[in-house]
Amino acid sequence: MITLTINGQEHELDVPDSMPLLWAIRDVVGMKGTKFGCGIAQCGACTVHLNGVAIRSCVTPVAAAKGEITTIEAMADDPVGHKVQQAWLDLGVAQCGYCQGGQIMNATALLKRTPAPQTQEIVDAMAGNLCRCGTYNRILAAIERAADTRTVDKEEASS
Amino acid sequence: MNRSDDTLLLANVSRRGLLKGLVGGSALLLAARWDLALANEQAQFGAGAMPGGWVDNPNVFIQIDSDGLVTIINNRAEMGQGIRTSLAVVAADELGAEWDQVRAQQAEGDQDKYGNQNTDGSRSMRHWYEPMRRAAAAARLMLEQAAANQWDVPVHEVRAEIHKVVHSATGRELGFGGLADAARELDVPGRHALVLKSDSELRFIGKESGLINGELKSAHPKAIDGEDIVTGKAIFGADIDLENTLYAVIARPPVYGAKVKNVDDSEALKVAGVKKVIRIKGASQPAAFNPLGGVAVVASNTWAAMEGRKALKIEWDNAPAGNNADYTSDAYRKSLEKAAQSPGKVIRQSGDVEAALQNAEKRVSATYYMPHMAQATMEPPVAVVMIKNGKAEAWAPVQHPRAAREGIAGMLEMDLDNVTLHQTLLGGGFGRKSKPDFVMEAALVAKAFEGQPIKLQWSREDDIHHAYFHAVSVDHLDAGLDAEGKATSWRHRTLSPSIASLFMPDPKHKGEFELGMGFNTMPFNIPAIRLENPPAPAHVRIGWFRSVYNLPHAWAIQSFAHEMAVAAGKDHRDYVLDLLGPAREIHNLTVGDGWNYGEDPDLHPIDIGRMRRVIERATAEAGWGRKTGKGRGLGLAFHNSFVSYTAIVFDVEVDDKGKLTIHRADIAFDCGPQANPERIRSQMEGSCVMGIGVALQSEVTFKDGVAQQDNFDSYLVPRMPDAPKVVRVHLIDNPNDAMGGVGEPGLPPVAPALCNAIYAATGKRIRRLPVGNQLS
Repeated sequence: MITLTINGQEHELDVPDSMPLLWAIRDVVGMKGTKFGCGIAQCGACTVHLNGVAIRSCVTPVAAAKGEITTIEAMADDPVGHKVQQAWLDLGVAQCGYCQGGQIMNATALLKRTPAPQTQEIVDAMAGNLCRCGTYNRILAAIERAADTRTVDKEEASS
Repeated sequence: MNRSDDTLLLANVSRRGLLKGLVGGSALLLAARWDLALANEQAQFGAGAMPGGWVDNPNVFIQIDSDGLVTIINNRAEMGQGIRTSLAVVAADELGAEWDQVRAQQAEGDQDKYGNQNTDGSRSMRHWYEPMRRAAAAARLMLEQAAANQWDVPVHEVRAEIHKVVHSATGRELGFGGLADAARELDVPGRHALVLKSDSELRFIGKESGLINGELKSAHPKAIDGEDIVTGKAIFGADIDLENTLYAVIARPPVYGAKVKNVDDSEALKVAGVKKVIRIKGASQPAAFNPLGGVAVVASNTWAAMEGRKALKIEWDNAPAGNNADYTSDAYRKSLEKAAQSPGKVIRQSGDVEAALQNAEKRVSATYYMPHMAQATMEPPVAVVMIKNGKAEAWAPVQHPRAAREGIAGMLEMDLDNVTLHQTLLGGGFGRKSKPDFVMEAALVAKAFEGQPIKLQWSREDDIHHAYFHAVSVDHLDAGLDAEGKATSWRHRTLSPSIASLFMPDPKHKGEFELGMGFNTMPFNIPAIRLENPPAPAHVRIGWFRSVYNLPHAWAIQSFAHEMAVAAGKDHRDYVLDLLGPAREIHNLTVGDGWNYGEDPDLHPIDIGRMRRVIERATAEAGWGRKTGKGRGLGLAFHNSFVSYTAIVFDVEVDDKGKLTIHRADIAFDCGPQANPERIRSQMEGSCVMGIGVALQSEVTFKDGVAQQDNFDSYLVPRMPDAPKVVRVHLIDNPNDAMGGVGEPGLPPVAPALCNAIYAATGKRIRRLPVGNQLS
């Protein structure tokens, strides 16, 4: 048996140690906000926080997921996460929405460690999260809005 | 249905049609033409010509609860284009509903009830705008009638305002909720009784809002699914959670048409959680939407199923695949390039091209290549199906619910009425989910587990190996220029396998709907033109990919026009405006296109004026002609598709090491009337980014019939650093033409505009996509 602490709640799971956290969360615990996109840590759709750090749950074995796991379902109750979600809504970021949970998890982790990132820091930090609908410009603007360091207009003025 | 009158409301016919008198200018004639008892059967064009046609019965689409909550039933697939929001915006505005009192509910797959639900071709808004407004106007009239009945006053004395009906003479008012029960009992008014709101009465439709070119101008009707998406509550295909579900993955033949020869499942069955291994019957070629066959592993969770699949030992039989097993991309490209040197099936001809080419002062020739691509939706294909008591119930993210139901019914020999399809949100579509093969696979597995839901999940590797690939293409062009650089002749040979090869013995030539995507509709005004289509066989499943054959056609034509301008020593914008000639309308039939995206050529001609206008707007906004400095340049391309018009200018920089920076994209877009400008902008932004992937990164190659890319580490798609630093969308205010598509027309000009900009920055001409490392 493995014990996972997800969003403050303990779950006892009878799964192999090697099962990726993603599938434990989705198929065994039954929480569906964390998405499968690639299975090899290339797209970021499966991003969750482990002890506050953004990780790819699709390549993290449950045995290695020791500590506090936080998923998109808990972001509304997180002060930074909520701010990020609100910025996403204000700017109409999402198109299909499938990747956006992972984007928000990664953006929230970024803003927690770097509350006022430079544009290039955001771009670098978000490079591992794919969005096939191509919402990157709005994601960037939303992170800057959530961080309250708006540089979109600066960029425009300089070009 | 409770339809009391079959006369179509005059005001609902496109303003363009009325202005031009194309429908005879007589109400009587109009009514006769649109006699509703026959309209859907008789219609040659538009929504009425689609299977299932359109429906505008308010009882089908609009529900009002007694607490005032308005539910708009959405009959189209939501795959990121925002149609659940935009159709609700249209209905709510016409009805007069408070936006925070509106929600959307997804219709089941039932085209007999909801009209056509096949969500492709950028058709949702242009086909459903008018039916939805009529449905909402009818509902509003029913609410007014209910209030009039209750107050015992004539209906013309009452008036619907926002979420309420008022009788101003006496100051009485009743909310929509309080009237809903009574309104529901009334007959649906005939269309002649409907009066749609005037533009000045509209609050949402056509109104700019939200984020405009990097600045939040004003609040906008919040996206219907926005809150659910950001909190992780939105339900996509894989999120369907039914008790007792089993999870399945399938090992499919690596070569199109191959079969299982032998399978040893002994190791797979030892994997913890694996329940069963079953062989899946594959379709023979052409496969249409049918499963490819293979071996399914069924387990208690997705991971166990994937681990079980890894442990299978399968010997494939490539004999049934024929020469698909020899399909290798390099050799194939060379064979198409060779075929492009000889004349092909003539598609369109005017003047004597060969003589004009011979006599030209200067000749320009080029061959362009675009590879296979996979749609690679972020949500890989997935479906849940349960079979019980001779009935099938499916939950799936599909663009074409009817095809999924018919697929299951046909395969399992069930009556269509016994197949139910619940439409989930789609985590991207891009044409991949128009094909319901994955739903049919789930049904085949479910057949072996009667009474138990089966969730059939595709891995990313499955998705890239077994896409319905965007057709590989070679386009060869020759042009003759006179002493002033003016074009005297244009010869274009286009070669691609056809999507028709999915459904019939390989025709090897493009069909009308493929040629009509920017090939025979080529708009340039050149005295001698010959367009040819030499043969190109298919060796993999070819399918729709967002904007489809417009991609290679626009890529080749727009790149070549730039090459001609360079050869002539002329400014690119001035040159293409000259090639287009004066503003005028070209009827599609006169250029040999009988398809026209299914739309009426009288309402949707090839409009050179609109084409000129998007070019002029995009170049003006981009500061065309400005000095850019070393290693930096502007590039232009334009294209009309899905009866809309797009022009893009990129501002790019390439450094000494070949590193490309996209400083800005200026996109001018004309889709005629705009229902929800906020989502139109988002589609243009997204198309721009996806098109950058088409230009720079994305390619699936084959070796001996097997796809060589596996996942996002080898099949590359744009990431945030690849996006332009700034994307600016300039919507053309054009309420007078008929409505055009939005989801796809932004994509085709991206790759040529980017490559033209790269040329302007570096002098390096790109003729083969993706650009990849060609700049280093």
